[in-house]
Amino acid sequence: MKSLLRGVAFAVLLAASPAVAQTPPNVLVVGQIAEPQSLDPHVVTAANDFRILVNVFEGLVRFGDGTLEIEPALATDWTISDDGLVYTFNLREGVTFHDGTPFNAEAVKFNFDRMLDENHPYYHTGPFPLSFFFGEIAETTVLDDYTVQFTLSLPFAPFMSNLAGTTGVIVSPAAVAEHDENFGRNPVGTGPFKFEEWQSNARVVVSRNDDYWGEPAGVEAVVFRPITDANTRVAEMLSGGIDVMVEVPPDNVAMFDTDPGFLVHDAVGPHVWYVMLNMREGPFTDVRIRQAANYAVNKDTLVNDVLQGTADVSAGPIPPAFNWAYNEDVGPYPYDPDRARELIAEAGIEDLSVTFYVTEGGSGMLDPIPMGTAIQADLEAVGFDVAIQTYEWNTFLANVNPGLEGKADMAQMAWMTSDPDTLPFLTLRTAAWPEDGGFNSSYYSNVDVDEMLDQARMETDFDVRAQLYKDVHQVVHDDAPWIFVANWKQNAVTTADVEGFALQPNFSLILSGVTKN
Amino acid sequence: MGGYIVKRLIYAVPVIVGLSVIVFGIMALIPGDPAQAILGAYATPENVARINRDLGLDRPLHEQYFIWAGNLLQGDFGRSFILNRPVLDEILERFSATIVLAGAALVLCSVLGILAGVVSAVRQFGWTDRVVTLFVLIGISTPAFWLGLLFILIFAVHWRVLPASGMYAVYGGGDLPDLLRHLILPAVTLAIVATGVIARLTRAAMLEVLRQDFVRTARAKGLPERAVIYRHAFKAALVSIIPVIGVQAGFVMGGAVYIETVFQWPGIGAMLVNAISTRDILLVQGGVLVIAVTYVLINLLADVVQAVLDPRLKS
Repeated sequence: MKSLLRGVAFAVLLAASPAVAQTPPNVLVVGQIAEPQSLDPHVVTAANDFRILVNVFEGLVRFGDGTLEIEPALATDWTISDDGLVYTFNLREGVTFHDGTPFNAEAVKFNFDRMLDENHPYYHTGPFPLSFFFGEIAETTVLDDYTVQFTLSLPFAPFMSNLAGTTGVIVSPAAVAEHDENFGRNPVGTGPFKFEEWQSNARVVVSRNDDYWGEPAGVEAVVFRPITDANTRVAEMLSGGIDVMVEVPPDNVAMFDTDPGFLVHDAVGPHVWYVMLNMREGPFTDVRIRQAANYAVNKDTLVNDVLQGTADVSAGPIPPAFNWAYNEDVGPYPYDPDRARELIAEAGIEDLSVTFYVTEGGSGMLDPIPMGTAIQADLEAVGFDVAIQTYEWNTFLANVNPGLEGKADMAQMAWMTSDPDTLPFLTLRTAAWPEDGGFNSSYYSNVDVDEMLDQARMETDFDVRAQLYKDVHQVVHDDAPWIFVANWKQNAVTTADVEGFALQPNFSLILSGVTKN
Repeated sequence: MGGYIVKRLIYAVPVIVGLSVIVFGIMALIPGDPAQAILGAYATPENVARINRDLGLDRPLHEQYFIWAGNLLQGDFGRSFILNRPVLDEILERFSATIVLAGAALVLCSVLGILAGVVSAVRQFGWTDRVVTLFVLIGISTPAFWLGLLFILIFAVHWRVLPASGMYAVYGGGDLPDLLRHLILPAVTLAIVATGVIARLTRAAMLEVLRQDFVRTARAKGLPERAVIYRHAFKAALVSIIPVIGVQAGFVMGGAVYIETVFQWPGIGAMLVNAISTRDILLVQGGVLVIAVTYVLINLLADVVQAVLDPRLKS
């Protein structure tokens, strides 16, 4: 018996003895929040998957480093016709996919036809959930080897932003033909890293593309590890098992911040966290009650204490990350419970009992339950009677998306988008009420906002378009169809050995410029 | 014996069919659908309808079930909506990881549990019994996921002697010592609760056997105490311990669901958690089916072993 115990103890020591939890030199290990669903960029929808894909694939255009402004990528330049219907791109010559096949106009056409044409031989490799980003494309035409033309069915200003987004990147047609519906596990693009291997729920490995047309990547390889449990992710970071960790829980940011072995990074993101207010029935049909709710909630406490500084207070429907379209003159509703009580008295509404839908968690929802209870307390302090109903994320969406009528007066929601158009277009127009297939689940309706948003979508003059969003921001702020709460600052932690790391405003994780000492 | 095994296997068929109907029904009843999970914030009715059409989810429910069952009989588990790959590929990869973890945990808890149970029964009310009982009670009453996090904190973060999560090193590695290093913490965590249960029941079984006449006879004819306990008493007690281990095998497989999440072990439990939250119905069906079949087989094995050990059950 004793010898058996000694044997076991020895085996444990033997297994444990080599220095563990050291990441290899010149290889960057990134702790992700989940396993990717697929590595086919046209199939996936989650920011988590895009973080890998932006390193393997490129689009015709991209967002400039640290901005949401468009710059050339696989296209060198382009022209837009005066009516905003025809986009002509000149493509970069001499670029090859990682499988050695050439990148050209035929490849571009293949990519958009695969997503949009139900009769395309590879349409079955979908579904392509976000293909509606390009739904306005009537035809993609190959003018010559390196010139491609998109003809739109109607003017659509967000088209360029959508091309720069992750759904607009170009995949290798030859690789799609070879792997068919398994392309998502054998991705081939043109980016600074090429795909090496994917072990389910363990790792995705990409390695430096030595034939890259641009600046070659700084590290030999990047390993993406899915670590779904946030506590485990923090423990891996502390034990040296990963070099980069995204989506650090607010409770742990301060700890990493004070440790010289780690660097905390944050950046604004195109994210809005809000509470929609039912404008079809109940107390929130009165604008004074909606404004009162905005005055009553102490947003500073929410972002500083609940979210521990990982977000900023929001002022309206458009996040400041879209700096070119953001109206700096509109400030957030200040915390002013007395003003809230005045407005409620003015409105003369007696029954302020409301139902508040809260989710347990979900994409971009931050800490929804503590946020929900803090908002409940603030509203009750000025005379509301708030009943919270909590749902798991998918159940929550199934309740909220068809509309709040007859069910609730308030619901939490959050969005991340790559264009200032998307969120207001889908959630604030009269034509976006749920019965018409939109996400305006709380039935906001303002003819001016409808007109401005429709016009902005067709406007090809950049400055005119920007001004329209600024005006929308002001009007919606005053109408207060939502309680405007927070704009999330995305965060990440790296070890002090990692250099050149920066978060991008569109939540992608561009690693080609990163080096490791 | 052969006929008995075949009969038991036949009995298992309705259990498994019933289970697949129940799981399918529950997945259909809970709100939200795969299209919603795929589209997230972009789940407009129009987009949902398009995705459902592409996935074949616009058909009536019973039709979906029979298509699935029909394909299954031909060995086709279908294709995961969310992971965009064949369900069978995913399950085989994940299941082998779970077998490693659950197998290690089961061996660990059986050996330690039986050992602790026998020792504390033989030395009933002695200090060894008290110490073992104390540890067993702590083991039974500690939430395993919390214990897992504590182990990570101590062994991976503080002492840095074992990796915090995963099954193999992220780069290089992949050999047996690498696997063992990653296996220790999750297997021990998973084994601890089951060890307690086995130890308690072994102790009870041993105490009962030790009071019986044939033990007294063995002692009376002058056999050494060691032989009395291990050759006679323990062998008799094993008959009632084996089925407990069979049940614990099911417990360990179930416990793997959250232990795999804590330790990021790439097993079938973590897969099921994700598949349920994304309403990936074919993956859930396939995963539950494989676990159910395994559970039935393990219990069958336990019964067979018990029958071999106990001549009374053979007839």
